[in-house]
Amino acid sequence: MREAALLSVRGLAAHFVTRAGTLRAVDGVDLDLASGEVLGLVGESGCGKTVLALSLMRLVEPPGRLVAGSITFDGNDVTAMDTRTITRLRGRGMGMIFQQPRTSLDPVIRIGNQIAEPLISHAGMSRAAAAREAIALLEAVGIPGAEAKARAYPHELSGGQAQRVMIAIALALKPRLLIADEPTTSLDVTVQAQILALLRERCRALGTALILVTHDIGVVAQLADRVAVMYAGRIVEQGPVGDIFAAPAHPYTQGLLQSAPVLGRRRERLAAIEGNIPDLSRPIPGCAFAPRCDHRPTMGERCDREMPPALAVTPAHAARCWRLATP
Amino acid sequence: MGGYIARRILLVIPVVIGILLLTFMVRAVIPTDAVTAMYEGQITDQEAEATTALIRAKFHLDRPWYIQFGYYVRDVARGDLGESVRLRRPVSEEIGYRYLNTLWLTLSALAIGIGIGVPAGIIAAARKDTWMDVTAMTVGLLGISMPAFFFGLLLILVFAVWLQIVPVVPRGGAALLLPALTLGLIEAAPISRLARSGMIEMLRRDHIRAARARGMSEAAVIMRHALPGTLLGILTVVGLQFGQLLGGAFIIEVIFGWRGIGELAVKAIQWRDFALTQAIILVSAGSYVAINLAIDILYVWIDPRVDYTRA
Repeated sequence: MREAALLSVRGLAAHFVTRAGTLRAVDGVDLDLASGEVLGLVGESGCGKTVLALSLMRLVEPPGRLVAGSITFDGNDVTAMDTRTITRLRGRGMGMIFQQPRTSLDPVIRIGNQIAEPLISHAGMSRAAAAREAIALLEAVGIPGAEAKARAYPHELSGGQAQRVMIAIALALKPRLLIADEPTTSLDVTVQAQILALLRERCRALGTALILVTHDIGVVAQLADRVAVMYAGRIVEQGPVGDIFAAPAHPYTQGLLQSAPVLGRRRERLAAIEGNIPDLSRPIPGCAFAPRCDHRPTMGERCDREMPPALAVTPAHAARCWRLATP
Repeated sequence: MGGYIARRILLVIPVVIGILLLTFMVRAVIPTDAVTAMYEGQITDQEAEATTALIRAKFHLDRPWYIQFGYYVRDVARGDLGESVRLRRPVSEEIGYRYLNTLWLTLSALAIGIGIGVPAGIIAAARKDTWMDVTAMTVGLLGISMPAFFFGLLLILVFAVWLQIVPVVPRGGAALLLPALTLGLIEAAPISRLARSGMIEMLRRDHIRAARARGMSEAAVIMRHALPGTLLGILTVVGLQFGQLLGGAFIIEVIFGWRGIGELAVKAIQWRDFALTQAIILVSAGSYVAINLAIDILYVWIDPRVDYTRA
């Protein structure tokens, strides 16, 4: 059995309510994460993975809001926290880095001062101490000439350097969880691997758990202990990385794996999943993947009418597919 | 950065020459002959002819225009703006204290405008779509739509006639209160709307979300991460208003009897006092250019991203 969960999400829903209708970006997500664990959250664009990531820190902005469910972090209910408590949690307990590192830094504030911010407001450091610590943090994320770079402005950094700075900020106070939302998508391929290696190294060194949000299944294979596959606002499959890659149980995961290029395996063309992701502004009573599923014709109408629960494949591996209910 | 500033200052030269040419042309455009205006109805025709020739020579009016322009530029450079036809004393003397009066009025009005407009805009943005936002923006819209003269009269009615806080014809510092309040409140309207839209736009940026994600309080997010960029956007507009007000708020100065450049300009035109009119235009335009230059330089100084390798 796994150790006590660091993060436990139950039935979480985040909807965007506008005049045009309600967009169910996250619609009933269950998720567990142990201390120090690396979870890969995979899915294609628009499946709600970024909104889910933001929801965990209560960073979803209007018109979006959390409408249902609970987030338990370190024994505390995040959804019930007042402003002061959630601010402290974001400062010390959780960190987040984003897809666009350069625009995620304040353009008119020097790098060093931005790193020092949480140190001053959440660790009570003096300005001078925070400035020294900022330089040490820059060195820890592998920025050469850290002392000079601390005085630089964000526009003077490359994308890779900016993401290193973001990592330094997010990990400044040794949080127990880091959420990385597509941290390498906007970076050059050569830099991507460096940033991923840095993420793994820093998280291991600090004992920080990592939720890696990505559409790149290859990145997940490299880094994650466990994988959660997201489709249309729900987690459709969740389990240890080895199980998921060796024996994917959900047809969507199977399609996802077949559509990824694998080194050393020769194939004429990559398989594509036919069809498009469903319209999230309409309620989906059954399995959201049914219209694109190869098994739908043999499975019958149950797939359209009833949403499959998370069914166990092995004790640690579950998928939301009716095929698992019929032996 | 030094190179940029130097180039920016060099760019002012053609503008200044343009202004000098235009103000110089005022003489030609004014419907009455300047000399006639000076002595009209005061002397006989024979006397007039003799003196006219004399005066024409004195003002170099008998020379070609470009020579006249040369004299004009030389005089302006020396600080000699000519003699007022009506007041019979150097224009620079009259304009000097008038300019100071207008400067005081402008600075007070801008202080009021920024002091009210910026906080109102920030609150409206931070509390977007609440009653505070709606109230601030409705009042702001009212301020933009209301003509300055009407608003000025309204303030006189309220403060001087009904509440009797200030006399209807005040003296000294009290005299500054109502015109500054009128202009300030009117300036506050566009400033608040700009501050609001700038702040709302700012709050949508990635770095604001990132600042929240690192546990910055909402106050710190607004004051430290969103406000500087917003103020940068407002700076341009405040600069334009500053330049405009320095040219004289004609109507407000006349209504409140504030002896500034604007009030003087109205008189100068009524008097057909070409030297005075010319000087007022010159000073107003000059202020505008100077303020714009100052704002551009201020930008480079505040915003590290402004590319100062290209002018």
